[in-house]
Amino acid sequence: MSEHHAAPTGITRWLFTTNHKDIGTLYLWFSFIMLLLGGSMAMVIRSELMYPGMQVVDPNFFNMMTTMHGLIMVFGAIMPAMVGLANWLIPMMIGAPDMALPRMNNWSFWILPGAAILLVAPMFMGGDFMAGQGPAFGWTFYEPLSGQYGKLAFFVFAVHLLGFSSIMGSINIIATILNMRAPGMTLMKMPMFVWTWLITAFLLIAVMPVLAGVVTMMLTDKYFGTSFFDAAGGGDPVMFQHVFWFFGHPEVYIMILPAFGVVSMIIPTFARKKLFGYASMVYATAAIAFLSFIVWAHHMFTVGMPVAGELYFMYATVMIAVPTAVKVFNWTATMWKGSMTFEIPMLWAIAFVFMFTIGGFTGLMLGLTPVDFQYHDTYFVVAHFHYVLVTGSLFAIIAAFYYWVPKWTGNMYPPLLSKIHFWASLISVNVLFFPQHFIGLAGMPRRIPDYAVQFADWNYWSSIGGFAFGLSQILFLVIVIKTIKGGEKATDQVWESAEGLEWTIPSPAPYHTFATPPEVK
Amino acid sequence: MQVSQKQANARTTRKILLIVVFMFSFGFFVLPPLYAAICDVFGLNGRFIELKKVERAEYIVNVEKRIDESRTIRIEFLTTLNQKLNWEFRAKQNTIDVHPGKVTEVMFYAKNLTNRKVVAQAIPSVTPGYAAKYFSKMECFCFSQQTFEPGEARDMPLRFYVDPNLPKKVKTISLGYTFFDTNRKLASK
Repeated sequence: MSEHHAAPTGITRWLFTTNHKDIGTLYLWFSFIMLLLGGSMAMVIRSELMYPGMQVVDPNFFNMMTTMHGLIMVFGAIMPAMVGLANWLIPMMIGAPDMALPRMNNWSFWILPGAAILLVAPMFMGGDFMAGQGPAFGWTFYEPLSGQYGKLAFFVFAVHLLGFSSIMGSINIIATILNMRAPGMTLMKMPMFVWTWLITAFLLIAVMPVLAGVVTMMLTDKYFGTSFFDAAGGGDPVMFQHVFWFFGHPEVYIMILPAFGVVSMIIPTFARKKLFGYASMVYATAAIAFLSFIVWAHHMFTVGMPVAGELYFMYATVMIAVPTAVKVFNWTATMWKGSMTFEIPMLWAIAFVFMFTIGGFTGLMLGLTPVDFQYHDTYFVVAHFHYVLVTGSLFAIIAAFYYWVPKWTGNMYPPLLSKIHFWASLISVNVLFFPQHFIGLAGMPRRIPDYAVQFADWNYWSSIGGFAFGLSQILFLVIVIKTIKGGEKATDQVWESAEGLEWTIPSPAPYHTFATPPEVK
Repeated sequence: MQVSQKQANARTTRKILLIVVFMFSFGFFVLPPLYAAICDVFGLNGRFIELKKVERAEYIVNVEKRIDESRTIRIEFLTTLNQKLNWEFRAKQNTIDVHPGKVTEVMFYAKNLTNRKVVAQAIPSVTPGYAAKYFSKMECFCFSQQTFEPGEARDMPLRFYVDPNLPKKVKTISLGYTFFDTNRKLASK
């Protein structure tokens, strides 16, 4: 490693960087910006739904908001945040000097802003912004509706670019983990976060090409006269749903498995015990990843499948509860009789375990074919996937921030503001999403700008919770900036009983770490 | 040491890229025909099983011997126009009651209300989906594209029979036809 130059400064440092820590920072900032953008769209949605009747935006604009909110949060906020954590942490956790393919790493980040611009740009085309020129067909972009969208090519190429970025990032992560571990670090000694990302990267490698395939089919259907999904030419829109969800179900585990990894790192530190059942955690993660490929049609029980198919997908789906429960019980067992303290990262991690489990239980309900016929496309589904994605994935990302930010910046977070951030988020997110279970069970459909007055009260409270949750994340932005600028100095060890190679290096982590690999016993 | 690690990374990258190419091909080239094949074999999703001509002729002779007069199945006809196609399109009768095995002919009426020549394709769909494979069409206007001159109107025949093996629980079969304008798809480009 003798070829190091002096680090460039200014904008070129970020444009040309091949340093895993810089790229991790870029990913995390990008995802934060996308979180605020997608969040502001959620504010529009909740404003419109606060009262029955139409008051804030046109129906088409509302549809565009639900669509863009979903796409931006999934592809712009959660996924890049997880990749950012991987970039920052995996080399430090396995004792590697950097990612395996640093130049490609630079590419996989810098493709993202281009993809985001392609995705968002159609919203501002064609003069009248409030008319809603952007995609308005739901984040699942079901054919045949999406095929009629005039600016489909923007959407398709944005997804292609996102796919390239994810695939390159995954190649990097797999190559790093498989080839660059410090001597003595066998696979079964790897930190749980590294394990979950290894498996997630394989999921990405397997399904992002399928997503690229499905959007390419949409593109050729619209512009080159094929008929994959066009019934007029013998195609079948139902096939779209099958191919989409063949990607889509592994995708939801792509968003949650690294979160499992984060929580599996934090809980042992603050319970002052080793992670309970490390090996079973690894096998459970692998089992969840495998099962994710064979359950896709539970998203489309009402599409008209034969009973045998419905039963198969129901049993396979409910089977996922077994490895997931292994994980939840292991976290609980790790805390059992531990000397627990409740620092901010631990609060977020415990909130994750509790509320992700709520989302898991509603998932079990939705996985049962007969009841899914009632719940399908209602707010119950919205409540379910927000419990697993917001109080699941997003909470884990925030927990990861509080846990590792002293290592990243050398500063502790501001204690009082962080406590306010946690409690405000915890209360408001439940006021926001818990009532959606009720209005969903009562029959309110998702993706509609207006509703029957019987749903009015709970929608009102849900909106209040939504605004409070949105404001809480502005506070998070303040905390992030304050922590970067200064604060109580962190020690190298940071947390009393944190274990792992990343805690053996100074805080803040030097620009280059582990130029000579550490020995792992 | 450094070189061997680079080689290892390159090897890993090549292997993963193979998976990427494989999965894209699987999604793009394998899944659509596989989907169509599975639907055809199991008669899923309202798709029909197309018997070969010889098989069909033999089969029909046998079916005619097995007319099941103990059962009456109600066939409902639904007609839809897609993409705002300015046509009139309806079945001459909304429903018909048939015995399984009996070959029956019904007529559909369509009129081109536009002042241009339209080539349209009717796409059938059977509900419930699992009844699709028991609903056999011998002659249908949906077998080929239909060309209509401006203002042209005509009756179009459908000859079909319901296979006597139809599960006992099926009392009603809905047959839907959607007319698609095939010009529009080409014109929109």
